[in-house]
Amino acid sequence: MGPGNRIGEAPRTNGALVPLRPPPSLPEADPHRLSDVDEWGRSERTRALARRLYSFWYDTWFRVEWEGLEKIPKHGGALLIANHAAAIPSDAPVIMHGIEKELGRPVYGLADYLFKSVPVVGTLWARAGGVPAHPENAYRLLREQQQLVLVFPEGGKGPGKTYNEKYRLRRFGRGGFVEIAMRAGVPIVPIAVVGAEESMPIMFKIPSMAKALGLPYFPVTANQLVFGPLLGTMMYFPAKFKLRVLDPVSFDVPPDQERYSKSRIMDEAEAIRVQLQDTLYDMLRSRKSVWFG
Amino acid sequence: MGRRVLITGLGTFWGGRVAQALEGDPNVDVIVGLDRFEPTVQLERTEFVRADQSYSILSRIVKATKVDTILHTFLVVDSSQMSGRTLHEINVIGTMNLLAAAGAADSSVRHLVVKSSTLVYGASHRDPTWFREDMSRTSAPKTRVERSLLEVEDYIRDFAEDNPHVRVSLLRFANVLGTDIVTPLSKALDLPLVPSILGFDPLLQFVEEDDVVRSIEFAMRNDLSGIFNVAGDGRLPWSECASICGKRTFPLPPLLTGLATAPLDRIGIIDLPPETLALLRYGRGVDNRQLKKAGFNYRYTSAGAVENYAKASRLRRAVGDSRPAYKYERDVENFFRRSPAVVREDT
Repeated sequence: MGPGNRIGEAPRTNGALVPLRPPPSLPEADPHRLSDVDEWGRSERTRALARRLYSFWYDTWFRVEWEGLEKIPKHGGALLIANHAAAIPSDAPVIMHGIEKELGRPVYGLADYLFKSVPVVGTLWARAGGVPAHPENAYRLLREQQQLVLVFPEGGKGPGKTYNEKYRLRRFGRGGFVEIAMRAGVPIVPIAVVGAEESMPIMFKIPSMAKALGLPYFPVTANQLVFGPLLGTMMYFPAKFKLRVLDPVSFDVPPDQERYSKSRIMDEAEAIRVQLQDTLYDMLRSRKSVWFG
Repeated sequence: MGRRVLITGLGTFWGGRVAQALEGDPNVDVIVGLDRFEPTVQLERTEFVRADQSYSILSRIVKATKVDTILHTFLVVDSSQMSGRTLHEINVIGTMNLLAAAGAADSSVRHLVVKSSTLVYGASHRDPTWFREDMSRTSAPKTRVERSLLEVEDYIRDFAEDNPHVRVSLLRFANVLGTDIVTPLSKALDLPLVPSILGFDPLLQFVEEDDVVRSIEFAMRNDLSGIFNVAGDGRLPWSECASICGKRTFPLPPLLTGLATAPLDRIGIIDLPPETLALLRYGRGVDNRQLKKAGFNYRYTSAGAVENYAKASRLRRAVGDSRPAYKYERDVENFFRRSPAVVREDT
C-alpha cells in the first residue's frame, strides 16, 4: 500500500506534494472506445484539423522561424517553458504547432483551469491539447507518460502586461515548474519567443470590466483600434515570430522526493528567468523589423 | 471456522447482490442481512432481519450473532431517490449506529467494508485529471448527498483510528453502469436524446456492477485496509457514451441549468440531481491503481462498462424486463430453511 492511504491519516490537501509512484506506464488502447479522445481530453484528430487550419497563421501570417529545435528531446518527458505575451496569447499555439509539425511529438499545454469552466472554449481547448495546470497533471504527463509539456511560468501576468512593458519577464510564479521537473526527473527546455508581444499588444486595461466579468484582466488592444472592436478581438498583427530553444537544464537531484530545497528551487527558477531574459534582449538587439524580423 | 458476515441494506440492489455472491462461498458460515424492506432477490441461506433505517437495534444483533465482518453497502449515493432528511438519516445516522455497534467494548467485529462513492471528490473545473485516494476535493461540497458522504467518511476515519484492531476498507466507487442497476446516468442514457450541457463534453469514468460486487468480496477476502478508488480504466467523453448507446445528445443551457431542468424533472422526463449536473459539466477521474496493486482485476474498462450497458439496454427494449419478479415471503423462506419436511442434501 502506498503512503498516505491509511484511513486514520488526515488527507493531504496540498497538491504540490506528490508522493512516490509506480514505474512509468502508458494507457493501453481500449477496443470499446469510439473516439480518440485521451485521458487528458486531447484528440489527435482534432489536433490534425487544428494544424491544418492553423498552418496559414503559422506559415504565412507569423512566418515562424525556429532556432535550436534539435535541443528539444525526441524521446522522453521534458518541460518546455517560454515567455508569455499578447492579450490573447499567440505563443502557445505557435509552439505547439511548430513542435508537433517538426518533431511529430504531441505537446500538452498547461493553462489556467479557468478555461475549463467556459462552455465550448473549454472543450475545444482540451481537445486541442490543453490541460488544467495542476501539479498532479504535470507529474503524470512528464514522469509516467514521458510527454512534452508546455508551461508559461509567468502565468497570466505575462499576457496581462501593457505594451510599454513588453519583453520584460514577470516573476516566475513560485518556482513550481522547477519543482515539478525535479520530481518528474525531466529536463527544463526554455524557449525564447519574439513576435508574440507585437501580435496583440495591450494599450490599457479596464480593471472594473475585468472585475465585473470575472476575468484576470480586461484589455483594450491596438488590434481593436485598427481592425475595430469585434474583429480586433481575434485578429493578430502579422508580427514576425522568431523562437530560440535554449540548452536544456537538468537537475542533479533524485526524482520522486516528497520535498525539495525551496532555496534551490528559487535559485534555479531565477537562473532560468535571467537566462531567458538575456536571450530575449539578445534576439531583440539583432531584430531589424517587427514585421520582417 | 468460517466468517460470520453482516450486510446492511439487504433489500437494496447492492445488499442483495453482495449476499448472493457470498452465499456460494463455503468459507462464509453465516450471512445476516438488515433492511427496512424485504430482499428483492432470491437468497438461499441469508438471514433477513427487518430493522429501521438507522439501525437502532444493530448493537443487539452484532452481540447476538457474533459477526466478525460488516459489509456496509447501504449508503445512498443517488439523491434523486429520496428526500434529504431520509438520506441524512440513512447515511449519517445509520453509519453512526453501525460504528457504535461495531466499536463496542466486547464487539466481535474485526473487519468493516464500506461502500462509499467518488462523489466525495466532487466535480469542479479546478480538479486534477485523476484523483488519488489521498487527495481531497477542490471545491466545497454543495449537495446534500456529497456532504452526507463526507460526514460518513469522517466517522469511518475516526473509527479506524480508535479501533486499530478492526481492519477498515473504505471503497469509493465511480459511477456505476450495468445490466440491472438504475442510476441518474443510466436513465439519461436510456432517453431517446441524451441530455448534455451545451459547450461541455466532460470525461467520465465508470465501473461495471459486477466489478462493484467483486471488489466488495475482494476487500473482504483479502482483508484490505485503507481507502481504495474503484473505477474502470480510462475516461471517455459523455458524447461518446451516447454514441456507444447509439444516441445523440440534447444540449441543455450552460447557464441556469438547474432551472432549465427543473420542469422536465417535475414531469419525470429527466432525473438529474445537482451532483450529476456538475458531473456533466466537469467530469471526474479517479486513480484506480491502488486497488489493482492489491491484486484486484477489473473485468470492464470504463468504455467496456458503457458498451455492456448499451447491450443490456437494447435487450431490454426488445424483450422487456426479462428478470423474473421475486417476492419475499417470510413463511415460505422459513419453510425451506427450517422445516424438517425439506430434504437437505448437504447435511
